[in-house]
Amino acid sequence: MKAKSIKQWTWVHKWSSLVCTAFMLLLCLTGLPLIFHHEIGHLLGTEVEPPPMSAEADRQRVSLDQVIRNAHALHPDRVVQFVSPDADDDRVLFVTLTPTPAPTDDFKSVAVDARNGQVLAQPKFDEGFMWIMFKLHVDLFAGLAGKLFLGFMGLLLLVAIVSGVVLYSPFMRKLEFGTVRRERRPRLKWLDLHNLLGIVTLVWAFVVGATGMINTWADLLIKYWQYDQLSHILQPYQGQPLVAAGERASVQKSVDVALAHAPHSKVSFIAFPGTAFSSPHHNTVFLRGNEPLTAKLLQPVLVDAKSNEITAAPAMPWYLTALLVSQPLHFGDYGGMPMQILWALLDIATIIVLGSGLYLWLKRGDPAHEHTPRGTARPSPDGPTPTGDRLPEPAPVVAASTGARSA
Amino acid sequence: MSRHSTHAPSSSFWRLWGWPLVLGVLTAVGLVSALFSDGGAGDVLAWITLGIPVVVGVWHGWCRRGNRVHAPD
Repeated sequence: MKAKSIKQWTWVHKWSSLVCTAFMLLLCLTGLPLIFHHEIGHLLGTEVEPPPMSAEADRQRVSLDQVIRNAHALHPDRVVQFVSPDADDDRVLFVTLTPTPAPTDDFKSVAVDARNGQVLAQPKFDEGFMWIMFKLHVDLFAGLAGKLFLGFMGLLLLVAIVSGVVLYSPFMRKLEFGTVRRERRPRLKWLDLHNLLGIVTLVWAFVVGATGMINTWADLLIKYWQYDQLSHILQPYQGQPLVAAGERASVQKSVDVALAHAPHSKVSFIAFPGTAFSSPHHNTVFLRGNEPLTAKLLQPVLVDAKSNEITAAPAMPWYLTALLVSQPLHFGDYGGMPMQILWALLDIATIIVLGSGLYLWLKRGDPAHEHTPRGTARPSPDGPTPTGDRLPEPAPVVAASTGARSA
Repeated sequence: MSRHSTHAPSSSFWRLWGWPLVLGVLTAVGLVSALFSDGGAGDVLAWITLGIPVVVGVWHGWCRRGNRVHAPD
């Protein structure tokens, strides 16, 4: 690699990482407890547990209309936006109630026993340590703008990763894989650790960074989907107002109709008229498959909220499929506890890469000397010569230019 | 250097990129395999293939002692 292109890639690597490092450290730190949010919730007692019942009673299911009535009775001034079974335990249903059907952070969640319709708990998802971690991780308490901002920081991380890989070659060409020169200056040790952990976590960090970035676009993708596909489907309803609560037919019936339409599937969640995931005229039942992969994909079924007839069951467009697949790849929640632990370890490794990168920059030398090979500038036996512990960049330049000459 | 000059380009490529490529492929296999599995073999494969990069990082970063700088050609 030519010294000039190394210099350019170094510039790209330096600035893409410098701009995003503070935010990436925040994301890595807040992401760490989020990997274990289920387990932490369990420990804190905030996880909803259905009481044990006899095997026969366990199989009973009360009508969803009853479930919704019971939940709504606790918050009569609110509207029901969504109903969703607990992903791991379909004996628990979560009913989400908000002031209006519009998206908001002001929501109440009521957990209802699916077997008898009794209210189990009103978990407070919107307070406490985990909520703060979640909001800092997702949108910095700044809504869509915060999400898109973090998405852009994620893009810079991807640029930093790619440029880091390009620079790996000139830094490491004279060194054996995994070399960490501990006995020299601390700066050299951290440079080697930065390179080692950076290359070891490369694919994981790229995938988690890229899928995280895709997740920041979720709101926009869903809006686009409504515009792109639902608007055609909803043409016959044009001009009609939101279906009033009194005009709506049975919710249980609309779920039954949807399930009959797509057997071998389960309910992921139900979105009610006027909400972000539905239309003003439909109960939209989102079904998921029974197989490991299809369980992560969704099939929406739009059921007319008045007549309970199916209007459409549009296939998910590719961009929403990509969004849905990118979620487990970001969360690391799809391979059991060992995978969560590996996720945490890789996250910590990434924190070290970020921290060491920052350290290397803070301990950088006088930039005026950056491209002046020091001393004899001979091809060094131990690769990038520590020509001075203040200089990060000159070493690879020396190594590369000498390497280029000898090649 | 001159003695090995005919092999130099490919062997130096593998010396530099061999481990990173292996670890990258292992990571990719692990990330994908668990997607197609629900508590089955795919999950176990993911634990192994994602575990290896972690072990390699910890080993070289903290466990291995001594300085193993490549000798001059």
